[in-house]
Amino acid sequence: MNRIVQGAIAGTLFGFGLAISGMTNPDKVLNFLDVAGTWDPSLALVMGAALAVSVPGFALLRRRGCTLDGGALPSPPSSAVDRRLLLGSALFGVGWGLAGYCPGPAIASLAHGLSEAVVLVAAMLAGSQLVRFIDKDRP
Amino acid sequence: MPTAFTPLSALIGGALIGLGAAWLLATIGRIAGVSGIVNRAIDAREERGWRWAFLLAMIAAAGLWFAFTGAQARTGFPWIALVAAGLLVGAGTRVGNGCTSGHGICGLARLSRRSLWAVLVFVGVAMLTVYTVRHVFGGLA
Repeated sequence: MNRIVQGAIAGTLFGFGLAISGMTNPDKVLNFLDVAGTWDPSLALVMGAALAVSVPGFALLRRRGCTLDGGALPSPPSSAVDRRLLLGSALFGVGWGLAGYCPGPAIASLAHGLSEAVVLVAAMLAGSQLVRFIDKDRP
Repeated sequence: MPTAFTPLSALIGGALIGLGAAWLLATIGRIAGVSGIVNRAIDAREERGWRWAFLLAMIAAAGLWFAFTGAQARTGFPWIALVAAGLLVGAGTRVGNGCTSGHGICGLARLSRRSLWAVLVFVGVAMLTVYTVRHVFGGLA
């Protein structure tokens, strides 16, 4: 139960953060990406402010070696930069640049009700499950 | 459509996102990468509860803000482009094991070399995509 509450608190912070920062407005995201056109640098500040909080937060926890109630932290990240990472990130980049939605803002935008976010999220789940299916079939 | 530079709301919103990521790690020791949370909320056999709570709370909080500010969804964007974009985002984040929040906010905060490369590639490719769509082909909508 406690984990569900903590998940809900983190999700609430994410939801307000994405909406307040304007990242749930795909035009704003596309304009950040449009350096040669109608450039809107806001997203750089969103990223900067998020890192200004998460970098010291993560560092303090790493030094502590466990969560606040003594639970385990995730193992250190792998440093392998492989073809799969680069290919996946490139595919994601094309999709992000096409419509202006990455997964967080896409899901948060479901709050608009019946809107384009519904189509995008449905396709996003389909794309992800398709890869899962192909991965499973691979020898 | 042009949008205004909004430094104050960007900084406040960004700080809340960073706080959410730090909160999840500090309390339950999990990484707040939205693509991973969605995938495991659907695929995993265990720990689905907090993941669904995270996603539903995220939608509810954004909905409250939309209601408060009267923000409307974009309309008139070609649905075929939404489908293509969604498929690419879903497949790409599964193959590359993370998105803007997972690699961009948590991965960089973990000083992950993988995440740094992922961010450079997806931001670079997204900028190239927008350039091609808007300045070579004259835009979608």
